[in-house]
Amino acid sequence: MDWILKVEELAKHFRLHTQGGIRIPVFDALNLELCPGESAAVCGPSGAGKSSLLRLVYGNYRIGAGAIRVRHRDGVVNLAEASSDVILDLRRWTVGYVSQFLRVIPRVPALDIVMEPLCRRGTGPAEARRRAESLLDQLRIPERLWSLSPTTFSGGEQQRINIARGFAAFYPLMLLDEPTASLDPVNRRTVLDLISAARQQGAAILSIFHDAGDRRATTGRTIDLAMTPEAAEQSSRSEVRSASQAE
Amino acid sequence: MTRDAAPLLAVRNLSKYYGRYVGCREVAFDLNPGEVLAVVGESGSGKSTLLGCVAGLTSPSSGRVVFDSSEGPVDLCRCSEVRRRLILRSEMGIVHQNPRDGLRLNISAGGNIGERLMANGWRHYGRIREAALRWIERVEIDAARMDDLPQTFSGGMQQRLQVARSLVTRPRLVFMDEPTSGLDVSVQARLLDVLRRLVGELSLSLIFVTHDLGVARLLAHRMMVMQRGRVIETGLTDQVLDDPQHPYTQLLVSSILRN
Repeated sequence: MDWILKVEELAKHFRLHTQGGIRIPVFDALNLELCPGESAAVCGPSGAGKSSLLRLVYGNYRIGAGAIRVRHRDGVVNLAEASSDVILDLRRWTVGYVSQFLRVIPRVPALDIVMEPLCRRGTGPAEARRRAESLLDQLRIPERLWSLSPTTFSGGEQQRINIARGFAAFYPLMLLDEPTASLDPVNRRTVLDLISAARQQGAAILSIFHDAGDRRATTGRTIDLAMTPEAAEQSSRSEVRSASQAE
Repeated sequence: MTRDAAPLLAVRNLSKYYGRYVGCREVAFDLNPGEVLAVVGESGSGKSTLLGCVAGLTSPSSGRVVFDSSEGPVDLCRCSEVRRRLILRSEMGIVHQNPRDGLRLNISAGGNIGERLMANGWRHYGRIREAALRWIERVEIDAARMDDLPQTFSGGMQQRLQVARSLVTRPRLVFMDEPTSGLDVSVQARLLDVLRRLVGELSLSLIFVTHDLGVARLLAHRMMVMQRGRVIETGLTDQVLDDPQHPYTQLLVSSILRN
């Protein structure tokens, strides 16, 4: 099948001007392809660039060199060249992202936060509300909390709001950064089910899981980001060791 | 793939000098319909000068500010004074940092909103009052306060009244200068929430100046960072805040206590 995501010779480093101009390398030449319905887990030690890869694909980090191509509407967008407009459109329709932390305007009710991605697509409020309520219900957020701002919720509740928001609309490409990290086993199961359901609808999933069991349960293959000793010493390269083990 | 529509505002090569001092220098950007743009930078970086030039309050030393008005594109730096004033009071709105600059504190809250409608040719008292009331409620001011003077309002209420006064004529573009500065955090959150809703419901375009990067993150799609009159970095808000490139932007971002 044709890819939805194609990463070519991706390079990224950070230059910290406030700390003497230190250069921190992340990737040197990363290549990766993901097809609709496919699920891949990004693995590697802390600091290897797992979250950075997701952020680069979401257009949150700027690309140093190489290309990240995503099929969007009737064409292909290269994130290295896309304007802000196009990236926002990509985020609205094609690429979903569940980050580790929820960032919202205090005072906005949880229900509105979950409905928002649908509303931005022009979905009617009644339909958006139905979908949001059903997700909050599935994720066991008690109804009395729906009208409150999640800024006062517990860590696990905030994460579930984040997940509900991420899965409210269907995205052909989903980026999940440790979506089960602070959940109990029951809610964890629900999240894994949501991921499978999205896959069955044809979504491609690129995820980071801390828990090896969760990773095995949801992903077909792993992408290992290995941090070379040189990288650890802030020299120059990191490399992709393998894209192993097809389903 | 990109929207084909013309930008709502196209700023080119905009400079403003105060004698030999630089206000802002060679600024260029486009603003699309429905887009929220934050201009950040420390005091004296030229943010407010830029806003003043773009909003038609200050005349720039050189450059163009082309606004896609209901009657076609107009260069606000070159059109007639009459045309400019007409556009400013009907198709644009300004929320000032100091409510005293945007409100008349000695006429009632409802009167403040009605005044802007009357300036746009509304004459029917009942209808003006009705519209004013609708907007008072929309910005979450108690309807019972409609006939009170704004000087009896809290800072947050005054700011929301300014918002109502600017939006009542349904402008497509609104400017705000430090809309949340000087407000308590909880009051700030309320204003942000009101703004977020209105921007969505009315598909408003908004340019606001702030030194609060947290406010920029929550409200703006795109961000411009200014230093010494120049735009030194621009991009999606989350890009600029999470992966700042310019040394000065990195310094700004690293100076936030909690982001």
